Amino acid sequence: MAEERHELRQRRLTLPASAEAIAELEPGNVVYLDGVVYTAREGVYQKVVVEREALPVADLASVSNANFHCSPAAAPDGKGGYNVGGVTATASFRFSKYLADWLDLTGTKIVIGKGGMGAGDYKEVLAPRGAIYLTTVGYGTGALLGRGVKAVESVHWLEELGIAQAMWLFRVKNFGPFLVDSDTAGNSLFQRQGELVNAGIEALYAGLKPPALRRYGETDDRRDELL
Amino acid sequence: MIAHEQVETAAYEIMKKAAIDIPEDYLGGVKGMIDLETGDLSSFVLKSMVDNWEAATEDRRPMCADTGLPRYYVKVGNEARVAGGFCGVEEALRSATARATQDVPLRPNRVHPLWRTEHNNNVGINAPEIEWSFEPDADWIDVTTVHKGGLFGTDYRMLFPGDGIDGIKRVFLDTLIAFGKRGLACQPAIVGVGVGGSKDICMTLGKQAACLRVVGDANPDPKIAALEQELKELGNRIGMGAMGFVGSSMVVDCHVEVGYTHTGGMPVSVHTFCLSSRRATARLHADGRTSYRTDPKWFTPYMRRETIGWPRSDTSSASAG
Repeated sequence: MAEERHELRQRRLTLPASAEAIAELEPGNVVYLDGVVYTAREGVYQKVVVEREALPVADLASVSNANFHCSPAAAPDGKGGYNVGGVTATASFRFSKYLADWLDLTGTKIVIGKGGMGAGDYKEVLAPRGAIYLTTVGYGTGALLGRGVKAVESVHWLEELGIAQAMWLFRVKNFGPFLVDSDTAGNSLFQRQGELVNAGIEALYAGLKPPALRRYGETDDRRDELL
Repeated sequence: MIAHEQVETAAYEIMKKAAIDIPEDYLGGVKGMIDLETGDLSSFVLKSMVDNWEAATEDRRPMCADTGLPRYYVKVGNEARVAGGFCGVEEALRSATARATQDVPLRPNRVHPLWRTEHNNNVGINAPEIEWSFEPDADWIDVTTVHKGGLFGTDYRMLFPGDGIDGIKRVFLDTLIAFGKRGLACQPAIVGVGVGGSKDICMTLGKQAACLRVVGDANPDPKIAALEQELKELGNRIGMGAMGFVGSSMVVDCHVEVGYTHTGGMPVSVHTFCLSSRRATARLHADGRTSYRTDPKWFTPYMRRETIGWPRSDTSSASAG
């Protein structure tokens, strides 16, 4: 019932965020950001991590240590700037393979995206580097996040990578909400919640007879007949 | 005669409306779920979404930056005439898509599937999709746009008659659980289920059921309506809410559409629309007026006809508006 619900703890963080401020965040906290965030996803990672191109921003960590997995809905405003409408994250699990190198090369301490990453990534990649993960909320709060973007500080590799993959630096104010998924110990909110949900799943299927024809995936042995 | 420009202008307007204004039926459905939701995290997410929709409407900015795959459903009255013909209508819809992408702005999502090249305007080979249907005794054209996320929340499976309702329930649960984890399906959403038809039409019917029927609508066949209700309750019993957090908010509503199918088979498809369910409809009247609404009114008695003819006396009331 509604009256049993608890308010989530809210935090406001200035970027670049200090190690102390980051260490205080706990899974399930609601976070709003002030300062500069930058976007980088596979296009940028490929250039920097794989092809070893230099970062387009000198001493990035002193400007921003928050990497947003995002492609903005942006269009040139005709006056040399950009009109940013909505801002929504993209699913982060796909970028796992780049992340250790990226954090080492940039000094990034906050990764922001959709849906979190595997628990192993937190324990082995983010936490040992003092980094945490923030997830966007509902994955559709594009208007609230768009409202928090006050200016485009700069955009890099726009011609080459296109709007979705370019590296955008956004000046943000009261930018959120985000939820803390992983903390500096590598605990994961998604993992904990997933385990709670999983506990009830078997009962849902009780009494439902399985289909006559199985599919690969239900058995991983491709030599099996599926009958 | 409907003017070519009227089509382009209306299509441009519904692209904007769909991107910015949450349909009232869906907003009402989600607000109803907040009252029932016991999970702290899931209810926080839903309240944030309501804040987000208010911000979108106030600021006239897209509610979600992921434009999804913007597309159209066009229903043509049997007596409708349009200047430039129907190839002209398709051209107008493509033009409106490109213009709205620049002006709203919408994220240019559409790329070539192999070369990943793009025109930065959401137009390309077979994009935007345009699906056509017809309506007797009408001289208007209805144009609906849907912006639905393009990656997660859909599955298809060929079942057999012996698999029965149990089989449908399993596919339904499998899809919601697989894509509901971490909220990849962006639930809670309107869930559409296609049962029967040929394989492609099974997919089409389920997709249309999710995207073109409003919250609170029931299939006119009472037994299918009962199945819709049963599946909705089953989905909300998974124990998973918004973003895959513990909760009860998974299915805002469930719509099932059927098509006559192969005597040996029972294909099933499941589709989840987005937490930002984006749809808008324009009716282009023969006298040059355009009216706007959020209920596509796609599944008319004519669409669901069972025999060679159709229930002529019912069509005028069902398709009025």
